Amino acid sequence: MNNVLLFALLALGLLSVAAAIILYFVAQKFKVIEDPRIDSVDEVLPKANCGGCGFAGCRNFAEATIRSADLNKSIEGLNCPVGGNNVMKEVAAILGLTADEKDPLIAVIRCNGGKKHSPSKVQYDGATSCAFAHNLFAGEGGCPNGCLGLGDCEVSCNFDALFMNHETGLPEVNDKCVACGACVKACPRFIIEMRPKGKKDRRIFVSCINTEKGGPAKKNCSVACIGCSKCFQVCPYEAITMANNLAYIDPVKCKLCRKCVEVCPTDAIHELNFPPRKPKTETEVTTTNSTSESLA
Amino acid sequence: MNTLKTFRIGGVHPAENKFSENAAIETLALPKQVIVPLGQNLGVASKVQVKKGDEVKVGQLIATGEAFISANLHSPVSGKILKIDEAVDASGYRRPAVFIEVVDDIWDESIDRTPQIIHEIKLSKQEIIQRIKSCGLVGLGGATFPTHVKLMVPEGKKAEFLIINGVECEPYLTSDHRMMLEKPEEIIIGIKILMKALEVDKAIIGIENNKQDAISKLSEICKKHNGVSVQPLKVKYPQGGEKQLIKATVNREVPSGKLPIEVGCVVQNVGTAFAVYEAVQKNKPLFERIVTVTGKNILKPSNFLVRIGTSVTDLLEKAGWQPETAGKVINGGPMMGKSLSSIEAPIVKGTSGILVLNSNESYREKINPCIRCGKCITVCPMGLEPYLLARVSETGMFDIAEGSHILDCIECGSCQFTCPSARPLLDHIRLGKGKVAHIIRTRKN
Amino acid sequence: MNKLTLSGSPHVHSEMSVKSVMWGVVIALAPAFLVSLWYFGISALFITAVAIISCVLIEFLIQKYLLKEEPSISDGSAVVTGLLLAFNVPSSLPWWEMVIGSLVAIGIAKMSFGGLGKNIFNPALVGRVFLLISFPVDMTSWPVPAQNFFSLDAITGPTALGVLSEGIDAGKTVSELATILPDYSNMFIGQIGGSLGEVSAIALLIGGFYMLIRKIITWHIPVSYIGTVVIFTGIMWLIDPARYIDPVFHILAGGLLLGAIYMATDMVSSPMTYKGMIIYGVGCGVMTVLIRVWGAYPEGVSFAILIMNAVTPLINKGFKPVLFGNK
Repeated sequence: MNNVLLFALLALGLLSVAAAIILYFVAQKFKVIEDPRIDSVDEVLPKANCGGCGFAGCRNFAEATIRSADLNKSIEGLNCPVGGNNVMKEVAAILGLTADEKDPLIAVIRCNGGKKHSPSKVQYDGATSCAFAHNLFAGEGGCPNGCLGLGDCEVSCNFDALFMNHETGLPEVNDKCVACGACVKACPRFIIEMRPKGKKDRRIFVSCINTEKGGPAKKNCSVACIGCSKCFQVCPYEAITMANNLAYIDPVKCKLCRKCVEVCPTDAIHELNFPPRKPKTETEVTTTNSTSESLA
Repeated sequence: MNTLKTFRIGGVHPAENKFSENAAIETLALPKQVIVPLGQNLGVASKVQVKKGDEVKVGQLIATGEAFISANLHSPVSGKILKIDEAVDASGYRRPAVFIEVVDDIWDESIDRTPQIIHEIKLSKQEIIQRIKSCGLVGLGGATFPTHVKLMVPEGKKAEFLIINGVECEPYLTSDHRMMLEKPEEIIIGIKILMKALEVDKAIIGIENNKQDAISKLSEICKKHNGVSVQPLKVKYPQGGEKQLIKATVNREVPSGKLPIEVGCVVQNVGTAFAVYEAVQKNKPLFERIVTVTGKNILKPSNFLVRIGTSVTDLLEKAGWQPETAGKVINGGPMMGKSLSSIEAPIVKGTSGILVLNSNESYREKINPCIRCGKCITVCPMGLEPYLLARVSETGMFDIAEGSHILDCIECGSCQFTCPSARPLLDHIRLGKGKVAHIIRTRKN
Repeated sequence: MNKLTLSGSPHVHSEMSVKSVMWGVVIALAPAFLVSLWYFGISALFITAVAIISCVLIEFLIQKYLLKEEPSISDGSAVVTGLLLAFNVPSSLPWWEMVIGSLVAIGIAKMSFGGLGKNIFNPALVGRVFLLISFPVDMTSWPVPAQNFFSLDAITGPTALGVLSEGIDAGKTVSELATILPDYSNMFIGQIGGSLGEVSAIALLIGGFYMLIRKIITWHIPVSYIGTVVIFTGIMWLIDPARYIDPVFHILAGGLLLGAIYMATDMVSSPMTYKGMIIYGVGCGVMTVLIRVWGAYPEGVSFAILIMNAVTPLINKGFKPVLFGNK
């Protein structure tokens, strides 16, 4: 009995020693020499593997930064949108370089049609895929550039930052957005744009990308940009450009004065996170009241 | 038992519902205005040659096909060009089109409008192809591939068979059937012309066995013509697919990714054969076609001879449709047709039928999970695995899709038709096909 | 005018749906159920009802409260599972064991993989095998057909296969055993002991033909399965008729017909191409004979099918349809 135990232990022990020796030599033989900086850069990256930087994953991005640092002595052009400035600073510090400050970006939905403003004329009954519906027809509301509302962007978002609002039929972006750009690629109509977050998260943008002439655009959607150029004329900072019956606000030049929002006849220009304006009509009412009081 | 010829693998047999089978072809009254879209053929859209205010006659050239795969376009009516603008097409997108106001019905002088049938083929091979090209002929089965391109056999290849598609395997549609019954002589002469152009001595007309009257009528006439024969085929969808028809009639398989000429075959539709007759013998360009208007809730399912550019509404009203019961209006048959987003859309060269489904029929059933029954594989006429292709297209694994020959899919819809779980297989496959084709194009560049 | 509907082609759909397939299987099982009702009396009805109700209820509860999705019990797949599970057990099985079997079948074999269409193994067979291993005594005391319709207590006895297996192990020859084995005509109509669904060959065949006509199944799996068993056992019978019994006995005894027609053809867990189906059927046949003749269990159908279920994905990968134009 004791012998059995002893032999079993001995056999297992010898096997393990033999395996350990083999493993050691194999590990030596097939050792991959890797730059230790890759690991340390990889360490500080957010590990989302979202592809927002343009590389397949965080590790590829880390390798790219080191290549760039070795070749060009800078990591310009490489940016991790998820980690933002803080992470890029850390990466630069590891490589002994400095990183440029970049404005954080956020996804912006440039369509406000949806079920409310662009009521459906036909009914789609097929695969839940914007890409397919885009190939099939112009959209339930009839706008050839508008949101199809089938949620390809929602599927593409890995950060729980973009959801379809089923009441309006439009996607909505929340603060979790890290500007990885997956939704921009997923949208077959290029409705989603990455724009700077802006000061205090305030943003002004044209929420329409319809390039049709005013008439047809307005026919399909009550909040379409009809290319009337009113905003273009009123903008004091030359931030607005007109092309293909469509206004575009340059986020860099825009000083958030909100003049364009007021003149837009179709409410196509959106302002986000601004304090509510004093309603004009109300002030008029109060003034008349006060005059009447003074008269009395 | 004498079994009828058909293609080897796959295929389905949807309910035929050929309501308009016995309705003789009826000429539709001229509309007040026509909208002629410029991109009516497969390939590059035609280039417009008229301007606003121009007076045109019936059959006058209004746009030319300048690219290799493109076709000429002729005015279907006489009158004045109102404008050249964008018009909402069947899918709801805006595409360039010529708007013509109809005044009288003055035909171009060069068109022979006499009713007698001209048997003798005077033109040479080159002249025939040239005439077909200038008359703007496209495949009238629905794919609208320019006919003259098909007739130009590439260097080093030899056509042995001309196969005429009289199958009409789509349910509901009867335009080819009526054509074969009412214009058999002309069709056969058209086939002879095509045979001359292709320098082949054998032509086979494939007709499905549910059109006995057409089979006997054409067989009768074929006896007088050497080399032309009628081949009755078993009723099975998608027998009208080029590759399936070649397999069924001459038992040859077109290799994956190749054209029918690879196995010495050229396929043309009977409607095209008739148009060839009119173009070559009567010098009449393609500006009208036969359109079936049908559906369960259509009072008078009919076959109309209509000018290109007529609004779909005109046809529907003439056939007595009931707008309140309509749920879906389809350009073409129920298996491969495109559903219209607006009935204002014009009839184009590729419109073989207008099918109205009532609101009960127009919804798809609830989608269930795939139960891996394998029925889609069984019915696929191309030997593909539709469930797999749909799955990988949906999840974006386009490399697997390409490896599984997604580009061989002919989009016949048999898989989706038969799927017990009512999965939108073809929707996904179509999308994946587009993506894979795009990936391959970018890889080549 | 209504809003027009838009979708990609095709715009028509065949009559067949998951619902029609599943209820078609239920209809096909009806003759066999009626026969078992005739032979085993009310206890057959009782155990079948317990199985169906517990399967449907378990699926409903899991979908509603665990997966939080729309319950899809109306598609009939749980009913089929329950029915097949009941057909695979003796009618004398205690009802609570049946509930446990249903829980394993639906809960573990089906829903834990993600529900309909995603399971690797045939749920009813997993339930049966679980019961067989957990409650071997209850699962192998087969009631002989009851004399009294309303009697819940049936007289139990071994199945034909059990008799044969024990007899051979004890060193007897087939001809010696023939006297105690039931004769073939009784086996054909169902006058034998066994589980609910395996007693009457004729009723199972009627259901099988119904499914063939409705195109719920194709001939490939049943024919290749039974054909393999016939050929395999036939060869052995020819070599040594004293030790191996003839193929007719193998077809009529045990659950071969039930397995080949109803269980192996389960769409979800069987291969998708005709070629793959034939390979699968042959594999099932070989495994069945191996287990029956040389294995410890007298009956091998359920194990054979489960083993081949595991191979199905490989078969699907290996036996693709022939591409058009590659001839």
